[in-house]
Amino acid sequence: MTLKAVVNNVAQMPASADAVVDIQKLSLTFQTADGPVYALSDVDLKIERGEFVSFIGPSGCGKTTLLRVIADLEKATGGDISINGVSPQEARENRAYGYVFQAPALLPWRSIERNVTLPLEIMEISREERIKRGHEALKLVELNGFEKKFPWQLSGGMQQRASIARALSFDADLLLMDEPFGALDEIVRDHLNEQLLKLWARTNKTVAFVTHSIPEAVYLSTKIVVMSPRPGRIIDVIKTDFPKDRGLDIRETPEFLEVAHRVREGLRAGHSYDE
Amino acid sequence: MTTIKLDKFCLVAAIAALLALIFPLSGVDPESGKQIAFVSDISGIAVAMALCVIAGAAFTWLGVGHIQYAAIILVVAVFGCWQAIAALYDYGIAGHAGTGFWLFILSLWAFVWRGIDVVARYRSLEMAKQQSANILVPIAFGVWLLFLWEVIVAGFGVPQVLLPAPSAIGLRFISSTDILAADFQQTFIKAVISGYVIGCGSAFIVAIAVDRVPFLKRGLLPLGNMVSALPIIGVAPIMVMWFGFDWQSKAAVIVIMTFFPMLVNTVTGLNAAGALEKDLMATYASGYWSTLFRLRLPAAMPFVFNALKINSTLALIGAIVAEFFGTPIVGMGFRISTEVGRMNVDMVWAEIALAALAGTAFYGAVAYVERKATSWHPSFRVRRH
Ligand SMILES: Nc1ncnc2c1ncn2[C@@H]1O[C@H](COP(=O)(O)OP(=O)(O)OP(=O)(O)O)[C@@H](O)[C@H]1O
Ligand SMILES: [Mg+2]
Repeated sequence: MTLKAVVNNVAQMPASADAVVDIQKLSLTFQTADGPVYALSDVDLKIERGEFVSFIGPSGCGKTTLLRVIADLEKATGGDISINGVSPQEARENRAYGYVFQAPALLPWRSIERNVTLPLEIMEISREERIKRGHEALKLVELNGFEKKFPWQLSGGMQQRASIARALSFDADLLLMDEPFGALDEIVRDHLNEQLLKLWARTNKTVAFVTHSIPEAVYLSTKIVVMSPRPGRIIDVIKTDFPKDRGLDIRETPEFLEVAHRVREGLRAGHSYDE
Repeated sequence: MTTIKLDKFCLVAAIAALLALIFPLSGVDPESGKQIAFVSDISGIAVAMALCVIAGAAFTWLGVGHIQYAAIILVVAVFGCWQAIAALYDYGIAGHAGTGFWLFILSLWAFVWRGIDVVARYRSLEMAKQQSANILVPIAFGVWLLFLWEVIVAGFGVPQVLLPAPSAIGLRFISSTDILAADFQQTFIKAVISGYVIGCGSAFIVAIAVDRVPFLKRGLLPLGNMVSALPIIGVAPIMVMWFGFDWQSKAAVIVIMTFFPMLVNTVTGLNAAGALEKDLMATYASGYWSTLFRLRLPAAMPFVFNALKINSTLALIGAIVAEFFGTPIVGMGFRISTEVGRMNVDMVWAEIALAALAGTAFYGAVAYVERKATSWHPSFRVRRH
């Protein structure tokens, strides 16, 4: 399917047919020694091809859990979920997504280059191709020159960037990113936000992105999902329509501030359940 | 500065050496009733004692802040040790050492202690210098212990049967290299190496298989502990009955001894990879073997090497002890048991020295490979920033 055809499909067909992620009445309860923990309850969500969806919400509201369910790292205890029209397990086995974990999770015995090309190695891609793609991915996160270093020789932020490069290296259509920029300083974060946005605009990837930063969520997303804790549910879904080639300067526009305000209101409302 | 910090070790060394010059160097000859030797008659030891007094006094004030000072102290100590040995053997003090002599040894002790201490704390950014300091410390300490052993045995005239002097052991070692070589060949090259390789290798493979069976995994640790507690003196004769007198029965004992440490460690190691890393591999739909080779085995390596190191020591002990229960007329354990019976204690000690050397070299080789193979592990990378 060409890119154009995909875009057209999105426009013409009923939403569910081309939804990358389709979640209905999803719930997940962890059975723990202190009784059940309701991590997710009654979550309905659809992510269309080419969308950039941010998840925002207080700590412990189930953002990571939701991403893990999509990635088939956690099994839902209720409701339905399909990825690209198939079950999460099949999607995982088809290598449908790249996952960036909240922690870098680099293997300490592998150099940065060999860490970044690990997925390619598992997918049995040839050596030259691996090295070529590894270089490209490292360049994207500005880690070129660190190929031969080992993870412990890099700062925490650099390690996190390496883990992003690893998820980008095999060019999956769906990117699941769990607070990928949480450990980075403001300037690098801005820069990587721009890079990610460019990548997304260029490749028409679908991105599910967890963040704690309202400006980041608003700047990056086509859709912002606001969540609230205990039990984890969605309390607001905000669509934005900023141009695809937006620059960082849109953060000063009134439209931007308006969306940011609405997100903030949503978060406040979610929090008030605590008291 | 108004207060001066005195170097206590050097002070002790100076005072002890000074007293050594005054107190009698040796006891009296029971026949003639005269003192055997006087400091004044032996110029070498007199000079050494005087040097110790001077160096001790000087560094008491100066302190041993520099590595150069430590070098001077150690040179003085080495000269002193040499003169002490000469006095023992060339002037007949052996067996009759007196208070003066022991005070002198005390003085040397203080110097050596302080000197090694300074070298051990030496830090240099130049790799070559740092490494030579690192090597010097254990060597100097070992040589000092040998010297002390020699001096005590000779000075008190300890009978050969109880404890031979290191020099006697060394002489015996050199004069019987062909016997030792044959024993080494039989015990180490044949029994230890083959037993070790078979024991560790099979345990490693079994561990990977067992890892896939949950109930075996849990039942393994108690069983492993039980087998480790089996006395080899009970197992060895049975193995001799099963596999004959030659090295095969010793290798079998070693296999039994090394199998479970390796098995238990590898199984533990295979579960050492973190949940996050396993999730990571799952997101790439990595299969069982791919995950095994790319994640779980590398993560298990520190545990595997731990077992390899434990087993390197166990294997040698096992082979030597097993030879007590029947062997052809060659082998380290065989030699020890027969030479003890013939009161050839220096030969026994030569074999012990050989076992110590072989054991250390074996352990060192495994540790070296470990360092190369798991250089990523936090316990090794601390110094390499
Ligand atoms: N394996 C687990 N077993 C039991 N409870 C769990 C487990 N994983 C998560 N939880 C619980 O589920 C809830 C949601 O956790 P989750 O990690 O999804 O939060 P989060 O939104 O990602 O938070 P943060 O922003 O801090 O990363 C929390 O209350 C947490 O304690
Ligand atoms: Mg989280």
